[in-house]
Amino acid sequence: MMTNHGNRLTQGQFSYLPDLTDKQISAQIEYALSKNWALGVEYTDDPHPRNTYWEMYGNPMFDLKDASAILTEVNACRKTFPNHYIRVTAFDATQGVESVQMSYIVNRPKKEPGFGLTRQEIGGRQIQYTVHSYATDKPEGERY
Amino acid sequence: MSNSSIPGVRAETSVTSAAQTLDAPASALSQARSVGEVLAQSQVEEVLAELDRDLVGLAPVKNRIRDIAALLVIDKLRTNLGLVSESPSLHMNFVGNPGTGKTSVAMRMAQILHRLGYVRKGHLVAVTRDDLVGQYIGHTAPKTKEVLKKAMGGVLFIDEAYYLYRPENERDYGQEAIEILLQVMENQRDDLVVILAGYKDRMDTFFESNPGMSSRVAHHIDFPDYSVDELLQISQKMLEEQNYVFAPDVDTVFKRYLGLRVQQPHFANARSVRNALDRARLRQASRLFADRDRQLSADDLRTLTASDFAASRVFQQAGVHPDE
Repeated sequence: MMTNHGNRLTQGQFSYLPDLTDKQISAQIEYALSKNWALGVEYTDDPHPRNTYWEMYGNPMFDLKDASAILTEVNACRKTFPNHYIRVTAFDATQGVESVQMSYIVNRPKKEPGFGLTRQEIGGRQIQYTVHSYATDKPEGERY
Repeated sequence: MSNSSIPGVRAETSVTSAAQTLDAPASALSQARSVGEVLAQSQVEEVLAELDRDLVGLAPVKNRIRDIAALLVIDKLRTNLGLVSESPSLHMNFVGNPGTGKTSVAMRMAQILHRLGYVRKGHLVAVTRDDLVGQYIGHTAPKTKEVLKKAMGGVLFIDEAYYLYRPENERDYGQEAIEILLQVMENQRDDLVVILAGYKDRMDTFFESNPGMSSRVAHHIDFPDYSVDELLQISQKMLEEQNYVFAPDVDTVFKRYLGLRVQQPHFANARSVRNALDRARLRQASRLFADRDRQLSADDLRTLTASDFAASRVFQQAGVHPDE
């Protein structure tokens, strides 16, 4: 039984939609800039849902006025990691919020093997379940 | 970063709302068919009129800016009718002595470019060598890129740009900054406009030794020095802004002062005028301060008298009596 037909990672915003075009990404960045959020570009090859801290590409970007600056960074990151997951995050530094407000994937590996369900039998015939990314069976850098 | 990567959380931003804010202002301009329509919709004329009104003198500069604006308006009309031409190279070079209004004009230029839709945001980022060039190996590239990113969508104004190139030190990191600049100036023309500024002779040598830079800068604008009469007009404007007036006899003394000051070294045009006025304010304050029991009227407090200028060092150095 397949519930995730395209075998596409669905994390963050817009992840059930087709991949965003550069124009759509710019529009989203523009929205974040209009709210004065700081943007960051992050990448990973371990997309487990609980892996919240991806690697940051370059520095977080404060004080920028235009989306093209961030799109330049996104493209540079795509060039360096063509087969990684890359996402754009928008961080709201307002006191009391101090949290990520937007997060969406802008680059995916060509082939996404997805996740397997692992069952572990423990005492008293109980079963523990966990998800496991097939990609992480291989060492870092060779996963996709 | 905690909850964001869990599927579906905080997905409240819709694609359409963000897209609308991006495209809205450009749409009316792309319908225009006549010069008048472009001017009316972009409100460029307001900026040009403001430029005329606020900046004294600088006739050749204003003419050049009008020419550039005309070119951009016609280009806009051409694109609207589908006559594709490569987007014009807008990088500029402002040369002139200090205090001739290069930064002020650059600010207006950013507005003009923004209103015509050649830069998306229209802000001006003013930097010097220190902001672009790093202290050690590997420091320059990220620093320059950071500044370039800040300037994207607007205008990057590099003051004293000739400092970027130091021929006497072949390991100088300035060259690295220049190379990154060149790359962005060429490949991301739509994203930012670079304006270089500096003294004429030193900028000329800078361009000679950096042919790549020279060929990418299309517009060279010369800022002439101000005449004494123009400097006087500038001082009047400055005083108006600060709520001061000249006493009736000051004009002649100040004119004589300017005549002498212009000949002295390190004369920085409008900036020197501002400093002269600041020093006159200082003398006026101590003059009024000395007279403790006097009731001071508003007129007393706003008027700069001839004596406030006559005490200047400039007269003493030149050996001239201020009243002669």
